[in-house]
Amino acid sequence: MKFLRKRVDKIKPHFEEGGRFYFLHSVFDGFETFLFVPDHVTKKGAHIRDAIDMKRTMIIVVLALMPALLFGIYNTGLQHFIATGQPQEFWPMISYGIIKVIPLIAVTYIVGLGIEFAFAQVRKHEISEGFLVTGILIPLIVPADIPLWMLAIATAFAVIIGKEVFGGSGMNILNPALTARAFLFFAYPSWMSGDKIWVSGMMSGEGIIDGYSGATLLAQSATGASNFINGFGEKVSHLEMFIGTIPGSVGETSIIAILLGALILLVAGLGSWRIMFSTLAGGIVMGLLLNVFAVNSAMEIAWFEQLMLGGFAFGMVFMATDPVTGAQTNKGKYIYGFLIGFLAILIRVLNPAYPEGMMLAILLMNVFAPLIDHLVVQQNIKKRLKRSVSSVKS
Amino acid sequence: MDKTIRIRKGVDIDLKGKAKNQFMADHNPELFALKPIDFFGLVPKLSWKEGEKVKQGEPVFFDKYRPDIVFVAPVAGLISKVVRGDKRKMLEIIIEKSDEIGKIKHNISKDDLKNAEAIKKLFLNAGIWPYIKQRPYGIIANPETKPRDIFISMFDSAPLAPDFEFILNADKEEINLALKTIKLLTDGDVYLSFKKGSRLVDLIENKENYKINYFHGPHPAGLHGVQINKIKPINKGEIVWTVNATDLPIIGSFLKTGIYNPERTVALAGSEVKEPAYFKTTAGADLTQLLKSKLNTDDNLRVISGNVLTGSNISHSRFLGFFDNLVTVIPEGNKHELFGWALPGFNKLSLTTTFMSKLFPRKKFAPDTNLHGGKRAYVVTGQYEAVCPIDVYPQLLIKAILAEDIDKMEQMGIYEIIEEDFALCEFACTSKMDVQEIVRTGLNLMIKEMS
Repeated sequence: MKFLRKRVDKIKPHFEEGGRFYFLHSVFDGFETFLFVPDHVTKKGAHIRDAIDMKRTMIIVVLALMPALLFGIYNTGLQHFIATGQPQEFWPMISYGIIKVIPLIAVTYIVGLGIEFAFAQVRKHEISEGFLVTGILIPLIVPADIPLWMLAIATAFAVIIGKEVFGGSGMNILNPALTARAFLFFAYPSWMSGDKIWVSGMMSGEGIIDGYSGATLLAQSATGASNFINGFGEKVSHLEMFIGTIPGSVGETSIIAILLGALILLVAGLGSWRIMFSTLAGGIVMGLLLNVFAVNSAMEIAWFEQLMLGGFAFGMVFMATDPVTGAQTNKGKYIYGFLIGFLAILIRVLNPAYPEGMMLAILLMNVFAPLIDHLVVQQNIKKRLKRSVSSVKS
Repeated sequence: MDKTIRIRKGVDIDLKGKAKNQFMADHNPELFALKPIDFFGLVPKLSWKEGEKVKQGEPVFFDKYRPDIVFVAPVAGLISKVVRGDKRKMLEIIIEKSDEIGKIKHNISKDDLKNAEAIKKLFLNAGIWPYIKQRPYGIIANPETKPRDIFISMFDSAPLAPDFEFILNADKEEINLALKTIKLLTDGDVYLSFKKGSRLVDLIENKENYKINYFHGPHPAGLHGVQINKIKPINKGEIVWTVNATDLPIIGSFLKTGIYNPERTVALAGSEVKEPAYFKTTAGADLTQLLKSKLNTDDNLRVISGNVLTGSNISHSRFLGFFDNLVTVIPEGNKHELFGWALPGFNKLSLTTTFMSKLFPRKKFAPDTNLHGGKRAYVVTGQYEAVCPIDVYPQLLIKAILAEDIDKMEQMGIYEIIEEDFALCEFACTSKMDVQEIVRTGLNLMIKEMS
């Protein structure tokens, strides 16, 4: 460790003001703080500080995403092997999944971090860790077969338009990962919807069994199929939906893996239980309402099935809880979450053109989150005003 | 009649090295300092030059804009040095003690203690006035105003805080005399807030003269800001005063003898102190000699006059602060830590459950002064709210201050807080914001705007 520290201290002057590589100082700083927690001590205010910092926070969130990612790798292989009729052996499926998924992560990270580094350099601030999470989120909410160049463009769009134009991490209005997904959805709809894209290999048609359908359950729900079937026309059980061995975006299919992530977030105190809970509540309420007033088969889909479909669970745990784009007040978080769940199911069922209602619901509520906070804070302000008026009278 | 108020939001930070309820030898050093920086909103003007002699209780400096507020010498002696910082800002006035020079004795007649005006005059002349602070703003009270109420917190909930039951026990007469006199300064009430179950309440005579409340719950339950907010919040245009319970004996002994003698019982605490305990000394005392014998090492330490959340750094110039009854010594954290963000962290102090140390809920911590990360924009939300029992939205209020939005600051309750009320928020902050400094900037902005 001392050796490493000495090396870092030795090359450090080159990156400081006046040094040869000053133009790379943010990058150097990024790597140095990655290796070492800085030796900065408190100068003002509280002399001791909580040991948590942004790096630790983001690393824990990345950790919480690992179950979904690992399952996603497995499921990408599994769906491909099912569709091509190959024997479902574990390691070949995993290696297929790795070959498909790792490039997605690599492209997102390289493009996203590259832009982050550049902006940090120009703006002369430290590199923010926010993209560590965004860079995993994006690959998990796209189909495994998405062309890498599309992913690169979407990531660049999300980082620049979604985040940096507002001032970088912490200042953005929309969730960057969902911004990337929305960009892909509207720019390249043929690669983000339909019944070919969700099973890896189907777009190119390599060795797919004749008549195999890769439609997701969400797509089936939109067209009104109330009995969910797999590619061979067999019924999909609730257990399969819960475990996640169904077609879909890379990381969003497995409810178990997502719940594991939720557990990590909740135990660590990093994900807001208020938002998760109220999103769930909103989804259930809307699901039940639709069930009660069902006039078509899409509305008849049971509320608990709705919760397991598409990106609802993933969005609830990892997207809605984004503290930057969500509501900031505790009361606001309840309202914000509830409306996300409520609208997600509403959009999904009543507007089948956009079956992925969760994405649109969260983005919509991202925009409204400041308004919700404003209303909550106004309550507090009114209480204070009232108190002061009554004290003047007495 | 007596009310018990439960504080739910907040946290008791459990640190190593709490002072045991026993005394070490009294500490009587040669040097003492008066520090204008112990008071906010003050432009100090010296009444003397370096090398001149002052009696104990004689004014040493005064506030340029409110010249009747004077600050008097804690001991008789020679003004040996005036330490200045950037822009010649006066930091310390160092006095070399010499008892022969004598003390100022005020003749206090019964008439002097009959009405508010007379008491104010007496307090101002004798240098007692700076012990009275006002809210909003947390500055020395304006003698021309009459406060709605006066609040006195009878316990300290901060990390390693001194035990008021222990240090105030012997001063029953002085405390009651001080309270009786202070009561006359307001037409409203004097609120005394005790920790639930505290025996200190037995010290108070004529309890019916005061409004007594009990608090229980974690820090910041002992702060004036929290107590005022829970008992009777400050509205726009209202002024309340606060007095520290630990200053009551000083005020009382002055009223009894006519002599200003700021003797204090101080707790020496913190992980780097050999045997944490209490000692008696005088406000402004030079602690260098004392610390030499009481610390494990004298290398790379942070000496704090006050507690770890709100105290001032006196590592380099070790004079006890004007208001402080606590000296905390902790290690400096100026070291790099390899992959610190990824280690399990069995010794890491954190309010989040992201370190292994959470597996040992009774563990006492010995944190250093490392910032534990770089400054960032706000990302995480809800952290401030979890440790702030005052009915404001701390993070949004901080944002309003950063935006210098005067109206918003006022609406969101800046009159109800001073920086110490948000100290725990600062401790908890993932983005490493200097919350207390921001609050002070906001308060200064309000003072400017309102005058």
